[in-house]
Amino acid sequence: MTMTHMDANSQAHGSHPMPPGMMAGAAADRAIAGAGLPEKITVRNLDFFYDGYRALKSISLPLYDRQVTAFIGPSGCGKSTLLRILNRMYDLYPKQVATGEVMLDGVNILSPKQDLNLLRARVGMVFQKPTPFPMSIYDNIAFGVKLYEKLSRADMDERVEFSLRRAALWDEVKDKLRQNGMSLSGGQQQRLCIARAIAVKPSVLLLDEPTSALDPISTAKCEELIDELRSDYCIAIVTHNMQQAARISNFTAFMYLGELIEFGNTEEIFTNPTKEKTSEYITGRFG
Amino acid sequence: MTEIALTLTDAHASTARRARRQRLQDAAFRNATLAFALLVLLILGGVTVSLIDGALPALRAFGFGFVGTEVWNPVSEEFGALAPIYGTLVTSVIAMAVGIPVSFGIALFITEMCPAWLKRPLGVAIELLAGIPSIIYGIWGLFVFAPFMQSTIQPFLINTLGQIPGIGNLFMGPPYGIGILTAGLILGIMVLPFITSITRDVFETVPPMVRESAYGLGATTWEVVWNVVLPYTRTGVVGGVMLGLGRALGETMAVTFVIGNAHRISSSIMAPGTTISASIANEFTEAVGDVYTSSLVALGLILFLITFAVLSIAKLMLLRLQRKAGV
Repeated sequence: MTMTHMDANSQAHGSHPMPPGMMAGAAADRAIAGAGLPEKITVRNLDFFYDGYRALKSISLPLYDRQVTAFIGPSGCGKSTLLRILNRMYDLYPKQVATGEVMLDGVNILSPKQDLNLLRARVGMVFQKPTPFPMSIYDNIAFGVKLYEKLSRADMDERVEFSLRRAALWDEVKDKLRQNGMSLSGGQQQRLCIARAIAVKPSVLLLDEPTSALDPISTAKCEELIDELRSDYCIAIVTHNMQQAARISNFTAFMYLGELIEFGNTEEIFTNPTKEKTSEYITGRFG
Repeated sequence: MTEIALTLTDAHASTARRARRQRLQDAAFRNATLAFALLVLLILGGVTVSLIDGALPALRAFGFGFVGTEVWNPVSEEFGALAPIYGTLVTSVIAMAVGIPVSFGIALFITEMCPAWLKRPLGVAIELLAGIPSIIYGIWGLFVFAPFMQSTIQPFLINTLGQIPGIGNLFMGPPYGIGILTAGLILGIMVLPFITSITRDVFETVPPMVRESAYGLGATTWEVVWNVVLPYTRTGVVGGVMLGLGRALGETMAVTFVIGNAHRISSSIMAPGTTISASIANEFTEAVGDVYTSSLVALGLILFLITFAVLSIAKLMLLRLQRKAGV
């Protein structure tokens, strides 16, 4: 299995040489963009294969601590795939292989020695659709915490309140913590999922189009929340909504057909992109 | 002008005709489906009435004592249903105790952990297992499984569990090979494919994203299954278990082969016994006299009531669970 992928890898390298200057350009942006910020996650030469199909091609980019990085690009460009590598969610499925390096705090998480459960406790994830568990609001939050910490009743109450407050949901649910999480509205459910992810005290938050299933008011609330969470977490967000990327992210990575076209300061990318493709996409000429 | 008006009225007329035809069709369809639905009630009512009617002579002769007596004597025409009821319940409990955990294990392995290449063969094997006629389980049980029980498993149980005071009583006596335990184990194998295929199907209804959310918090497979998959699929899982239980309660042929067909209640689950359906199948041909036949019909009535009670309890249990979950 590994051999075939190695072959596919080298073949792809051989037959489709990288356009010259592309990576150099991205690297140049990075040098300006990353001035002095600590890198929480560093992705180097990352390739990803779905059953032999090369979905990501030599991706290299940093994710800075306490900053929001947005992944934008047309459907199928690999942005969700990239996100799912950062907590190795792809490992749940057979025939999905990542090669290259993803350093989290200096340790390569792609290494087979990496403990997946510990990794996922440190890298929280929120999905396109709200996914409350079939249990009470309180237990939805406590579930993840109980996996790794033994807290007293009082401490757990405190942690639940902390997480719900942090997710700006506390005032709405404090009187019905025993109700089923599925009885909340869509926007509330999504904030519950964010609270659940925060409760296990991760250092990285991955948001996969977190507002795509929400109404405008809930979306605004979630964006506000992300803005607040910025001060404590390294956040990566995949979004189809370019205004959203412009509003909430510090850095933006534009991806197209499995390649990272451009990475840089969000302001730079949106006002003065260096690549033709980027400017075409953000002005809405394709995608 | 008039020409246009004429064609318009023509069009109106044909639309009205079509509408009337559709109304008639709809009414016919509605009534036909209603008739089919009523048929269900009619059959159920008919079966119940004829069971009660057939059981009346026995119930008149023995009263409610019929349910509580162990005696079954065709010569003196004294009949009691306790032994078959006991055998039915105990074999079903054994079948469930064996079948449920194994089925869950198989279903979970297939949905959560199974490598892709093994998934299909396993699924097909389970369906084939469900397709084996019960008579084959019966002869296999009698000629292969019972001797194996007699020579290996039963002596082992007698020498280990049988020595413990208290529960040892369940595992005492000579190793006959056939008996309640053997029948229960065969039933366990028979319900396995049913529970497995239903639980597998409902486990697969859990949205991948919900599953991933749990994994995303750092949960192990076991934690995901126990805390998310099972609660999520509660209704379907209980349904699958009930289907299995229904099969275990009513299964006749395989049980008749290996249970020993003795109308008595022993403390040991290795002793021969009988079940309701095994008694009926075994004795109907030789039942002479109204009371004997009627007693067998009464047994059938009791089985019907037990199955009904099991289903009702299952429904109630689900309601309670749902209320507790607050959905």
